[in-house]
Amino acid sequence: MSDTVTAPPSVRKAGRWVFISGVVLLCVWTLLPIYLLMVNALSTPEEVNGFPKSFIPSFDLTSLRFFLEFEGVLNALWNSIRVAVVTMILSIGLGAPAGYALSRFDFPGKEVFRFLVVMTRAFPLPLLALPLAVMFLRVGLDDSILGLALVHTTLALPFAVLITFSLFSGIPFELEEAAFTLGCTRIQAFRKVVLPLAAPGIAASAVFAFVISWNEVFAAAVLTIKNRTLTAFLMQSLDWSPLHLKFAGAAALVLPALIFIFAVRKYLFAMWGIANR
Amino acid sequence: MPRYIPYLLLLPATVFLIIFFLYPFTQVAIESFTSNGSWSLANFQKASSHWKFGEAFKNTMLLAALVVPIQLAMSLTMATVVQKLQKGRSAILYIFAIPLGISDLAAGLIWLSIFEQSGFLNSILVNMGLIEKPILYLSYQSPWVILFAIMLAEIWRATAIMMVILVAGLGLIPREYGEAAEVFGATRWQRFYKVTLPMLRPSLQTALILRVILAFEVFAVVIALGGTQMPVLMSETFNWQFNLQDRGVAAAYAMVILAVSVVFTLIILRALHVPKEARS
Repeated sequence: MSDTVTAPPSVRKAGRWVFISGVVLLCVWTLLPIYLLMVNALSTPEEVNGFPKSFIPSFDLTSLRFFLEFEGVLNALWNSIRVAVVTMILSIGLGAPAGYALSRFDFPGKEVFRFLVVMTRAFPLPLLALPLAVMFLRVGLDDSILGLALVHTTLALPFAVLITFSLFSGIPFELEEAAFTLGCTRIQAFRKVVLPLAAPGIAASAVFAFVISWNEVFAAAVLTIKNRTLTAFLMQSLDWSPLHLKFAGAAALVLPALIFIFAVRKYLFAMWGIANR
Repeated sequence: MPRYIPYLLLLPATVFLIIFFLYPFTQVAIESFTSNGSWSLANFQKASSHWKFGEAFKNTMLLAALVVPIQLAMSLTMATVVQKLQKGRSAILYIFAIPLGISDLAAGLIWLSIFEQSGFLNSILVNMGLIEKPILYLSYQSPWVILFAIMLAEIWRATAIMMVILVAGLGLIPREYGEAAEVFGATRWQRFYKVTLPMLRPSLQTALILRVILAFEVFAVVIALGGTQMPVLMSETFNWQFNLQDRGVAAAYAMVILAVSVVFTLIILRALHVPKEARS
């Protein structure tokens, strides 16, 4: 920082102060709204509907209990989890082999495939739910966990391919070659050498797929009626549900997301680094 | 080693994308351009002659135009700030990335807790003695406040994804370039403008495309904060499909969203063109 070296110490100090307060301000901007939501979720329904609001939660679980005992909520929660788990398995199961192929082999059509996968990001994918609703009706997948998970997999699959591609690229091919010379077959080398190294990253990309499905609203609302996910349930009850139900529901949506992002924080950046090239 | 192995590995993903991406995509396209079994533009006429279409289109574009530039500036600031941090870098990064995991519906509800009549904004203002009784912000009488609340919620929620992409991009730029510019006497601003920004182009491209497309898909935030008072393209698509049960018009809306997304993707690709030989 050559321009700070020439500046007098007082200016440097002031600059540093501005920098730190900027960082603090950005953190407050990110965290405060979540804190306020949690205050609402952890207050009694009377406090949530009352005025003026306290900025400290009363740590009363009535709102959350009301939410959990509300007709259909537990079912929706369970549906959300199941859809997200199926999405996770499908997108990794389909995406990881493709990611491995892209990172380890040179073959005609490789660039085309990569380009097509990247291009799927340029489409508003939830819209695919519209025609699929008809197709699912025909094959009996309508209003089902699997049907919705298939649409969510379309959303998550391109990411899974790109993340696993970057993961496998980060593991030196020499390790596999060493395993070959020791008499391993390709599959054995993969299972004994590559997989243990890639496992945490694959888990991270699975979590990422989970979050994508967990948060998706449009397709969930179009494709499910009885078997609604939590997002679809909340969205369609917005008109008539009381405030404390909305906020407790939002808190239920946010909490797992916080944990998941924490779990994958290391990989968030690595994957975009390579996916950008 | 057999040549077919890579293709075998790509096969599941390819087949899946053909069935659940290509097929439904062509189905929406066909559905939007047919009516009673023959080619026609009736769906588009029906969609565009409805009074809400203009509103929805305008609102969607306005939101994207207001939100995305602010997000670009904020995410660049956040990314460079994080880059400079010596202590607590990973903690700050995690905090900045948090909204990435939060759904648009939850984000809408979070900001609802601030803007609703008995919400936190009114509580602060009354406590400070600035107003005497709570104001109703999110009403049809003040659509611009609803727009403002949606803007804040969108900026709050979706800046993180751009930030993450830009941080990753900054990590790829070799330090030597900045150091060389420094030797030649470039100021900090010049280094940012003449070295970092051009080198960051591929990441900027990805971040902008992704963000702009997501901006055209804005849906749950709008529903949570504005109800039906602020139609956007996605909510109208949903409305035609679900409440009015007219799949053709819903498909026409989908095509409009798609067309807008593709046009803007091409514009961004062109504006931030990265020469092939400059790619690493």
